[in-house]
Amino acid sequence: MKKRTPLSLLSVALVASVSLAGCAGTKDSGGAAGGSSQPSGNTQQGSASGGATDGGKILIATQTPLSGNQSSLGDAIKTGAEYALNLRKEEFKKLGFDLQLFPQDDQADPKIGVANAEMLISNPDVLGVVGHLNSGVAIPSSVKYEEGKLVMVSPANTAVKLTEEGKKTVHRICARDDAQGPKAAIYAKNSLGVKTAFLIHDKTAYGQGLADQVKAQFEKDGVQVLGYEGITQGEKDYSAVLNQAVAKSPDIIFFGGLYPEGGILVKQAREKGYKGYFMGGDGLDSSDMIKIAGDAVDGVVFTSVAGDVTQTEEGKKWAEEYKKATNKPLETYSVYGYDSMNVILNGVLEAIKANGGKKPTREQVLEAVHKTKDFQGQFTKVTFDDKGDNISADVFIYKYEKGKDRSTFVGKAE
Amino acid sequence: MANKRLASFKGIPLLLTIVWIAGFSAALFFLEKSVLAFIGVLFSIIGIYYTNTSKTIKLILGALVLLVIIPGIAGDNRYYMEVASQVGIYVAMALGLNIVVGFAGLLDLGYVAFFAAGAYAYAIFATSQANEFIPGNLFPLSGEWFWPFLIVGLVVAAIFGILLGLPVLRVKGDYLAIVTLGFGEIIRIIFNNLDKPINITNGPQGLTPIASPELFGIKMNTPFYFYFIVLLVIAFIVLANIRFEHSRLGRAWIAIREDELAAQSMGISLLKTKLTAFAIGASFAGVVGVIFAAKQTFVDPTSFTLMESIGILVMVILGGSGSIPGVVLGAAFITVLQVQLLKEFSNFLHSLQSAGIINLPNQLDPSKFQRFVFGILLILVALYRPNGLIPAKRKKNDIDAIKNSPHANEKLGILARLTGK
Amino acid sequence: MLLSILPQVLVDGLTLGFMYAVVALGYTMVYGILEFINFAHGEIFMVGAFVGTEVLLIADAMGSLKGMNPYIALVLMLVIGMLVTGALGVGIERIAYRPLRNAPRLVPLISAIGVSFLLQDLVRFTEAVARNEFYLNSPILFNNSINLGFASIPQKALIVIVIAIIMMVALTLFVNKTKWGIAMRAVAQDQTTASLMTINVDKVIMLTFLIGSSLGGATGVLFAQNYGTIDPYIGFILGLKAFTAAVLGGIGNLRGAMVGGIILGLLESLAGAYMGPLTGGAFGAEYKDVFAFSILILVLLFKPEGLFGEAVKEKV
Repeated sequence: MKKRTPLSLLSVALVASVSLAGCAGTKDSGGAAGGSSQPSGNTQQGSASGGATDGGKILIATQTPLSGNQSSLGDAIKTGAEYALNLRKEEFKKLGFDLQLFPQDDQADPKIGVANAEMLISNPDVLGVVGHLNSGVAIPSSVKYEEGKLVMVSPANTAVKLTEEGKKTVHRICARDDAQGPKAAIYAKNSLGVKTAFLIHDKTAYGQGLADQVKAQFEKDGVQVLGYEGITQGEKDYSAVLNQAVAKSPDIIFFGGLYPEGGILVKQAREKGYKGYFMGGDGLDSSDMIKIAGDAVDGVVFTSVAGDVTQTEEGKKWAEEYKKATNKPLETYSVYGYDSMNVILNGVLEAIKANGGKKPTREQVLEAVHKTKDFQGQFTKVTFDDKGDNISADVFIYKYEKGKDRSTFVGKAE
Repeated sequence: MANKRLASFKGIPLLLTIVWIAGFSAALFFLEKSVLAFIGVLFSIIGIYYTNTSKTIKLILGALVLLVIIPGIAGDNRYYMEVASQVGIYVAMALGLNIVVGFAGLLDLGYVAFFAAGAYAYAIFATSQANEFIPGNLFPLSGEWFWPFLIVGLVVAAIFGILLGLPVLRVKGDYLAIVTLGFGEIIRIIFNNLDKPINITNGPQGLTPIASPELFGIKMNTPFYFYFIVLLVIAFIVLANIRFEHSRLGRAWIAIREDELAAQSMGISLLKTKLTAFAIGASFAGVVGVIFAAKQTFVDPTSFTLMESIGILVMVILGGSGSIPGVVLGAAFITVLQVQLLKEFSNFLHSLQSAGIINLPNQLDPSKFQRFVFGILLILVALYRPNGLIPAKRKKNDIDAIKNSPHANEKLGILARLTGK
Repeated sequence: MLLSILPQVLVDGLTLGFMYAVVALGYTMVYGILEFINFAHGEIFMVGAFVGTEVLLIADAMGSLKGMNPYIALVLMLVIGMLVTGALGVGIERIAYRPLRNAPRLVPLISAIGVSFLLQDLVRFTEAVARNEFYLNSPILFNNSINLGFASIPQKALIVIVIAIIMMVALTLFVNKTKWGIAMRAVAQDQTTASLMTINVDKVIMLTFLIGSSLGGATGVLFAQNYGTIDPYIGFILGLKAFTAAVLGGIGNLRGAMVGGIILGLLESLAGAYMGPLTGGAFGAEYKDVFAFSILILVLLFKPEGLFGEAVKEKV
């Protein structure tokens, strides 16, 4: 009996071979793949002639969680980026390039993110990355992008640390926690007139980072912080912490975290008779927040780093088209993904021009993206500073109102 | 009938193995990006294990593949080396857990805590984090400290193992499983919260940038170097596993696994024996943790969740609990599956989709199905290979050999007196 | 201030605790008979939550929810949820566990982890296709709360507690008084001897899974009603806690699972509300799981068989 092993092993290997045979075939784009060295032998004769894709393949990757419990956010980014890319496929075809999306699932796991990053930098066709969702994944992965000179434009990472380590390849179009947090606190004090606050965060790099910034600003401005507690992501019962918070009856409960927890928190707080304000960061910005919180969502205030698309007629039209093309509800993150992709694609275009119509190297793309100035995306204006932060990133205030299926734009936070 | 034919199977002929290695190596060399070829080479190790030839040739072939062919041909492809080092990291951890679960039969669901202990031990001192609680602005330590920290990680994790083991090992069986699970979670939560009152771990923000190892002035920051570091550690752990397996201690572990009461009555100290298993298994995880931290350059508590512990346990049981080659295979298989196979399949389907051959709605995107495939595989393996892919061999005492040995006729002890010899 | 919220904390803790208790029953029943941790039980609970909520959502979409007595709607949800999860449990046992009954002890665990992953993704996938998102928000049937002055008890929490108690009493009666219940206990004692006494062991095990799973499913329905939001990953955390509760009470012991669940729920609630204020913010609510696990470990150290478990004398 025990001698059966080798045969089944072989059959396992066989199955693996069969399932992989195709992959091997699709990826034989050739060329030594090592770090930054771009193979010079790439087919580059074809220039902008007649729409044939002989200029080569250009892959733009996305790296976001597509499985697991954060996949809805990751998927929103991917879908937004995909939509942007599909709209511009023709444009690149005319220049002779076959533009494709290369979506990767980082599973919100730093290990997977790093392995994916290694794969991306060893594939010479990949010229840019839109990602990540989680700063914890973005930071180690960006070390690899840096080594491969692969430009990364982040739609969602607000962690301060990401761009503070002097990596040239790292860019983000959204505001940082140290812009969002203080502005949120100032808005709460000046416009909402709060005097006491209770802070809750979800013990993640994002949530705690934001809550810390808010707390520091509150303390500076003389708003009394009555409590500062962490909760566990993924749970559905937060009554323990809320009992404590509600009993202290603060003027405002500020939550640093994402909407699945935020929605439950505000709902359970209202059930316990809490009457004050409830506020959070851009993590609360999702149409699902309304579904989760139900009527309790009424009056929830949050800061965001993107302007409201549907404020303008043009934006509304865009949103309709987006929904029609992708068959998905519009999320703020999809917008971030859309704009990030366009920033990269513009950089690629610039680089192609600078390279005389030939496929550019990663360094050229990186340089072009880094130089992005006054780029007007669908929502955000993008100008990168030296660190790769977007100096045009603003912080906006939104509010949820009863009976509306999305948040209402309040104004720009000063 | 089929069994008979299988029983006469002596192993893969040497020639076939060599052809396999040569074929896939050539394929890897010429088709630079062929994942299939890379996996073929990687798994040729298994082929070598089953080759019908002498131990020396197997060792030489194995060393050839691991030390020459893989780094020689795929060395300049960072992705392959990254996958190979990740496989190595999990192989090493699974081998460590194999001592606890496979040999001593202690179901440990909190193994990743020791991994975390090692990783944090290096990460705290190789970043400026340690300045937070040690005055003098001595940190971060330079990359040369990586090497002594391999020992530090080992010792720290072993101490963790003993400290946890002392209370935990009083309970048995499934109780042990839940208690170790609890301890694993406690450690993770504490690491996640130890940014106050004193900032030791920097909480959820994690620690970065962790210094890469340095040796003679060479900065070893690419997967290529980590591949060799991991290989070295695996060699050490495998050697330790083999030595332990047949040592007095190893036999004591197996005795405890089979029957605690009987083992105890044979004079084996339960607590001491279990504790050594725990500490040794933990210390291996600690070493690997140091490597992991250096390779990732970033650690935060999300790398040390319960799912991670379960994943390592699955590797051990899938490969064959207690069987060293089995555990290596299980760890390699699952890691490759997770980081590569499923993803490649996803990419493949996606390229078909963008070529317009098939049309998948977004919800059916295969990249979302990793857990699904993982689940089905686990069930199938459990159903059809319940002892693991390579079951542990029981060492048989060959009665005939004993009878024919020159010592067979010696009468010992009381017999010697009785026969008056 | 600390004391004034105590009644509310206790009420919340009890609600959570009763849910842990009923799910823990499922773990403990299977363990009592097969000595095997049914890791997928948490996922069965999750499926129950989804089925119940879907029933409600579909009824709502057809317009038949309006005017329906909420109690009838609840019973409908519970019955359908229990039927589906009961069948699911039996199916899982048949396919993934039964062939492994004589396998090494850890192998069914692997299979169970596999089932657990499979169910998570299957539910996520079905919901994503059917509703374009993988978590559901349940319409809440009972919105009132009863104000007692010192604490306010939401009606839905009361319903959770009442139904949980009904299920526990029914199960206890079933196990102790009926023929099948006695057969179950016999199989738990000794499978071989039980089979010699003309007890159909396979059937008894099937029945165990049927009952355990449908209890888990019913809890899922209650969970969805109480908290309003569910996703395919709720089963993992709750399952873990419920299993902890079962061990705390003494695994294999029905009464132990009930008490263990309630204690765990209360502990968590108390730790979450009081740890921060009592330690001056040094150790906040984020340590509540540490607290719960520490209590478990302490209990096991002094009473390794759990609170209600019987110390098994080893035979040589």
